Amino acid sequence: MEKLQARNLNLWYYDFQALKDVNVSFEEKKITAIIGPSGCGKSTMLRAFNRMNDLIEGVRTEGKILIDGENILNNGMGLEGLRKKVGMVFQRPNPFPLSIYENIVFGEKIHAEKIKKGRLERIIEDSLKAVFLWDDLKDKLHKPALGLSLEQKQRLCIARLIAVKPDVVLMDEPCSALDPQATARIEELMRELKNNYTIIIVTHNMQQAARVSDETGFMLLGELIEFGRTEDIFTRPKDRRTEDYITGRYG
Amino acid sequence: MRNSARSQKIAFALLFLATLLIIIPVGLIVVIIVIKGLPAINWQFLSDIPRQGMRAGGIFPAIIGTLYLVIGAIVFALPIGLLAAIYLSEYSKENFLSRMIKLAIVNLAGVPSVVYGLFGLALFVVFFKFGASILSGSLTLGIMILPIIITTSREALESVPHSFREVSLSLGASKWQTIRHIVLPNAIPGILTGTILGLGRAAGETAPILFTVAAFYLPRLPKSIFDQAMALPYHLYVISTQVPNVDEKIRYGTALVLLILVLFMNLVAIIIRYKFRKKKKW
Repeated sequence: MEKLQARNLNLWYYDFQALKDVNVSFEEKKITAIIGPSGCGKSTMLRAFNRMNDLIEGVRTEGKILIDGENILNNGMGLEGLRKKVGMVFQRPNPFPLSIYENIVFGEKIHAEKIKKGRLERIIEDSLKAVFLWDDLKDKLHKPALGLSLEQKQRLCIARLIAVKPDVVLMDEPCSALDPQATARIEELMRELKNNYTIIIVTHNMQQAARVSDETGFMLLGELIEFGRTEDIFTRPKDRRTEDYITGRYG
Repeated sequence: MRNSARSQKIAFALLFLATLLIIIPVGLIVVIIVIKGLPAINWQFLSDIPRQGMRAGGIFPAIIGTLYLVIGAIVFALPIGLLAAIYLSEYSKENFLSRMIKLAIVNLAGVPSVVYGLFGLALFVVFFKFGASILSGSLTLGIMILPIIITTSREALESVPHSFREVSLSLGASKWQTIRHIVLPNAIPGILTGTILGLGRAAGETAPILFTVAAFYLPRLPKSIFDQAMALPYHLYVISTQVPNVDEKIRYGTALVLLILVLFMNLVAIIIRYKFRKKKKW
């Protein structure tokens, strides 16, 4: 099942074209990795999917981005609803300077018409269990989130996102601030999460893409050069530029 | 080599002397006022009305008047200043209008205080017919401290990391929810600091209240915001220059009370800022 598609997606920062005619479709409940050298437009594309680029002045987007068949680039698209459905995990773990508890219930407080204490408790437990933090943190829910380790912070950020029940999880280099062990554990978590979520991860760590993803796209200078099953991309790339990149000739 | 070492020494000495020169007047002012004013301070001085043509008795009405004015000023200036700061830092785009607004705020901060006094007289006392009253005085002081509140609040809002806003929006919060739940709570200590600095400024000014509220001699407490009131800075001016034969002790005592009031407010502002700096970790 296709969850998210981009059709003839073009994007400009003022005069600079950051995305050129990108056509791609992402499968539901799979992990898709987008790789490519710095500045190739992979983060920009990711941020187009929840329209975070709208925050940046001078950005102009053309084409279509279909999520469940609906073009989210339409003018009438409600951004709050879109971002509730398409959540994002950022490069640097960025919990709010609040307690662990407050971080996780933030989404519920924003979206719920009426806040019920019992429901909050359940959200806390479910979300923390989903990221395997429940056992570690259940007794210190009211401690400040900024006191956690980097890995715990990033897990907490994922839990905070899961708490709003998105369909699609966009991950923008989610492990680049973490050490290799923590990275491995977050990747483990991603494999767990793909049972329930469609995950798109941007990374310039090729091994990571090879390890966790089902499909991979390679981008270069704003173009999607090649897209396919991860093992195909890494073992028999069709395009010479892809091959050059994955064999480390540039990056 | 030796030449550069010597010019280094001279430069150091000059810089040090210049810095020392700043401390001397501050220290002298405080020492003189404390030494000369402290003997006047007692419970009667703080709690009694002025007697014998302000040559005896206390300064209680002036203390109360100043407190009323300061509270009044903040009641007007804080909401308006804060809302303006939120608009400027969160909503306004960089364009001609926002540049004009920012320019106006800078200019507002540079207007001499006596001009505020005249403005308050023309607008609030005469045009709105509030008369010389706590209301007129508070509004005038409020306008005077608006730039302080707007500027410090803007800085406080803008110092909240961009990433917090980004995450909040990415979780589906609206812009206003983001400001309300994430930006404002993290900016409150900075806003408070600015507010208290504004309060200190309002408490100490004479010129803006001269024509708008201050009573020469009013040995009772104001009953409503439409009453005139005594105020510490104006009272100090009156007993120093307008009334003959006032004991030096009383003049310096009044100055000391005003100084303590203002220093106390600044101290509170410093403590809040310090605690906040220690707490924040991003």
